[in-house]
Amino acid sequence: MSAVLVSLALLFTQLSVLAFGGGNTILPEMQREVVQVHHWMSAEEFSALFALAQAAPGPNMMIVPLVGWQVAGWAGLLVSSLAKFGPSSIITLIALGGWKRYKDRPWRQIVQRGLVPVTVGLVVSSGLLIAKATASDLSMAGVVALCTLLALSKRLHPLWVLAVGAIFGLALG
Amino acid sequence: MTQHSLDAVTDHQAELTSPDCRQLFMGFFILGLTGFGGVLPMARHMLVEKRRWLSAEQFAELLGLCQFLPGGNIINLSVALGMEFRGLRGALSALMGLILAPTICVVLLGLVYARYQNDPLVEHLFAGLAAAAGGLLLSTGIKMLAPLWGKWLQLALVVVGVIAIAGLRIPMLPVMLVLAPISIFICARSKA
Repeated sequence: MSAVLVSLALLFTQLSVLAFGGGNTILPEMQREVVQVHHWMSAEEFSALFALAQAAPGPNMMIVPLVGWQVAGWAGLLVSSLAKFGPSSIITLIALGGWKRYKDRPWRQIVQRGLVPVTVGLVVSSGLLIAKATASDLSMAGVVALCTLLALSKRLHPLWVLAVGAIFGLALG
Repeated sequence: MTQHSLDAVTDHQAELTSPDCRQLFMGFFILGLTGFGGVLPMARHMLVEKRRWLSAEQFAELLGLCQFLPGGNIINLSVALGMEFRGLRGALSALMGLILAPTICVVLLGLVYARYQNDPLVEHLFAGLAAAAGGLLLSTGIKMLAPLWGKWLQLALVVVGVIAIAGLRIPMLPVMLVLAPISIFICARSKA
C-alpha cells in the first residue's frame, strides 16, 4: 500500500514540474506510467477515467485525484493531489516576485514560443492515445472522428460533444 | 506586482476590491463548480468583470505568468492571485476553493463508474464518453497545429514529438530534455 503511495507521489511530482503548456501535455506520460509501467489499470479504463474527469466541472486536471483515488483510495487521492498541485504551485509562488522584471525579456518570450511545438506534440499525442484506447472497432473510431469534427467545426460546448459521444456509444454498443 | 502595489491600485481605482481569504475561497469555489470544459473564460469574467479583484491588464499579466510556468493555468492563477492579496493563506484558500468541489464531483462519478463498470450498457456509455473526450483532445491538438502551418521546422518537431511520445512511448522527461532545447534554439534562430 505505502509503496503504491510512494509511486503515486513520485509520478505526480514529476508530472507537476513537467506540465509546461497546461494539463493535457502530461496525459501521455501519466497513461504510460499508470497503464504500462505500474499496470494499475487498462488503457480503456484510463480513457474512461479521463472522460469522467472531463464531464466533471473544474480545472481539466481532475483526472489526477481520480486516478489516485482509483489506485489507492482516499490516501491515494490526497497524495496524488498534493504531488500534482504542490510543486507547480510552489514554483508559481517563487516566480511571482520576479515576474515583473523578466516578463518582457527577450529570452522569456523565446523560451515560451520555443516550447510551443513541444506542447503541441504532447497534446496531439494525448488525443491519439486516448482515442486509440477507445476506438476498439470501426464504429467507435467513427465516433471519435465525428466528435473531433464536431468540436472543430461548431462552437459547441464540450459537454455537448461528450453527450453526443455517450449517445453514440449506447446506440452502437 | 506585490500586495503593496495591488493595494495602491485599489486605492486609486475605487471600483477594484481586495478579497479576504474567505472571499478568495468562495470565489474560486464557485468557479470550480461552474466551469465546465475549461475554466479560463469564466475566470476572467469573475475576476475582472463580476468581482473586480483585478483590472483587465493585471489579469493578462498574471495569466501570462501562469501560462509560462508548469502546471494548470487556472491552478497557478488561483495560487498567484491568493498570494498577491493575502499571502500564503490566501494562496491556499484560493487553491483549495478551486479544487474542492471538482474533486468531490470526480469521486462521485468514479463511484458510479466503479459500481456499474461491468454493466454492458454503462460500459458502452463510458466508451462513448471516452471516444468523445479523445475527439475533444484531438480537436484541441489540431487547433494548436493550425498556427504552425508553414513553419516546417517547428512542424517537424511536432511530428518527432508525436512519434516519440505516442508511437514509441518513450518517457516524457528524456523527450522534453532533447526536444525543448532544440525547439527553443530553432525559435531563437528564426526570429534573429
